[in-house]
Amino acid sequence: MPSPARFWLGAHLRLVYLFLYVPIAVLMVLSFNRAGLPTAWTGFSLKWYGALAESQAIINAALNTLIVAVISTVLATLLGALLAVGMEYRRRGPGLEAMLFAPMIIPDIVLAIALLSFFTLLDFTLGLHSIILSHVVFNIAFVCAVVRTRLRSFDWAVFEASVDLGASEATTFRRIILPMIFPGVLAGAMLAFTLSVDEFIIAYFTAGAGQSSTTLPMQIYSMIRFGVTPEINAMATVVMLVSFTLVLLAQRANKGVVGV
Amino acid sequence: MPRSLLRDWLLLGPGLTWLALFLVVPCGMLLVFAFFERGVYGGIDYIFTLENFSRAIDPLYLSIFLTSAKVAGLAAVIALLIGYPAAYAIARAPARRQTAYLVLVMLPFWSNYLIRTYAWIVLLNREGLVNKGLAGLGLVSEPLPLLYNEFAIVTGLVYNYLPFVVLAIYSSISRLNPEVLEASEDLGASAPRTFWRVTLPLTLPGVAAGAVFVFVLSIGNFITPDLLGGGRLQMVGNVIYDQFLTARDWPFGATLSFILIGIMMILLFSQAMLVRKAQGEGGIAHA
Repeated sequence: MPSPARFWLGAHLRLVYLFLYVPIAVLMVLSFNRAGLPTAWTGFSLKWYGALAESQAIINAALNTLIVAVISTVLATLLGALLAVGMEYRRRGPGLEAMLFAPMIIPDIVLAIALLSFFTLLDFTLGLHSIILSHVVFNIAFVCAVVRTRLRSFDWAVFEASVDLGASEATTFRRIILPMIFPGVLAGAMLAFTLSVDEFIIAYFTAGAGQSSTTLPMQIYSMIRFGVTPEINAMATVVMLVSFTLVLLAQRANKGVVGV
Repeated sequence: MPRSLLRDWLLLGPGLTWLALFLVVPCGMLLVFAFFERGVYGGIDYIFTLENFSRAIDPLYLSIFLTSAKVAGLAAVIALLIGYPAAYAIARAPARRQTAYLVLVMLPFWSNYLIRTYAWIVLLNREGLVNKGLAGLGLVSEPLPLLYNEFAIVTGLVYNYLPFVVLAIYSSISRLNPEVLEASEDLGASAPRTFWRVTLPLTLPGVAAGAVFVFVLSIGNFITPDLLGGGRLQMVGNVIYDQFLTARDWPFGATLSFILIGIMMILLFSQAMLVRKAQGEGGIAHA
């Protein structure tokens, strides 16, 4: 390739990184701005982080988010990993594939209203538990996809050999398949946790009325929608750093988990 | 063999039951709602009707579908124009750096969507950094109306989905057989000609995957038009939201969802066909 082309490609790539990271960096810088306004820098301050720590509403929302994310991650990881092993061991038809692909591609708003109608028709009381049930749906799909990618390189002859040598299928699962898929399961769990922590629309629709089951994204949404308050930048910074850390850890645990 | 049946059931059963119960049944129910009448106090009267569908093609709703498609199409085209050269640059970078470059592209994609969208409110408002920067450079005397319009929505969508486009195109480019490119050059084609006649056609499956992904996620989007459109520009997702939470017309909201999913399925199916066709053509793209 002639070098001018290479130069422009490199320059373009740098601009793309600026485009991707400047908006995030601006929020992070503003979170330390004393006046809390995006208009002018008025000096360094940690007071918005203090305000965050003192807000009972935000602490409750963070706790709710943690409860939802932990439980839905545990359930989805268990179900998704088993599903992945089952699907890879005996190849299943296009119907199953579609069912596992659907939650990743269906508009959130459609899944959200479908679940809301479903729960309402069954007279199901809404709350944190209905958010958990709903988050497991899309998290199963993601965990399953990550674990399946890992299983693609697995040689099933090893499995047959273990069974032929007299190990039970349960033992084989525990001693051979589980260690083999473990990095994928761990990475899938971290991804599921991140997705659940960040998910807004489905939680918003399935949380039911009242403040008691507000999650952090719901809190963030109302802060954005009904008057921008300066604490939001501090909160954005914390939430972003948590996701970045989790995603990078997931990538370390299992290369390829973020699609790379 | 009963044993392996038991094993299959243990592996697949729990997950599939969950998905059947909380995905297939709710979505199926929603589709059925589309064929019933709206109850007087909200809810549903179980009387069969096709009226929801004739209402959906009323010019008002048709124009909302068209606006959504236009916004989603613009977002897809712009994301491709930005994403292709970026993916190409990464694919041509030294091999040991490519993964790091891609992770850097994908990292924002896995972080909070609301916050990434909110960042653009901060950047694009009248007092925002973009307007301040333009005024500081003396390019504008009045702040430009950058927020709460189509421009803001398209910007937000491109920003949120660009990482995936780069990834999809990168995986196509990195699978290109370098010998095909060398052959083209040995036969006397210039570098631009090789790009237009060989590289681009062979990486079309990646381009299609990226474009369809952006389009599908954009056309049904709710958050971006809600926050960056400021309620002044309605897209299908917002209308569906309103039908359920404000107008309490579930059957009509269900009908709009039905049509939206129909459009998405046609697109995803065409893209799958395109990929199959590309793979069928001798697999020249594979090394």
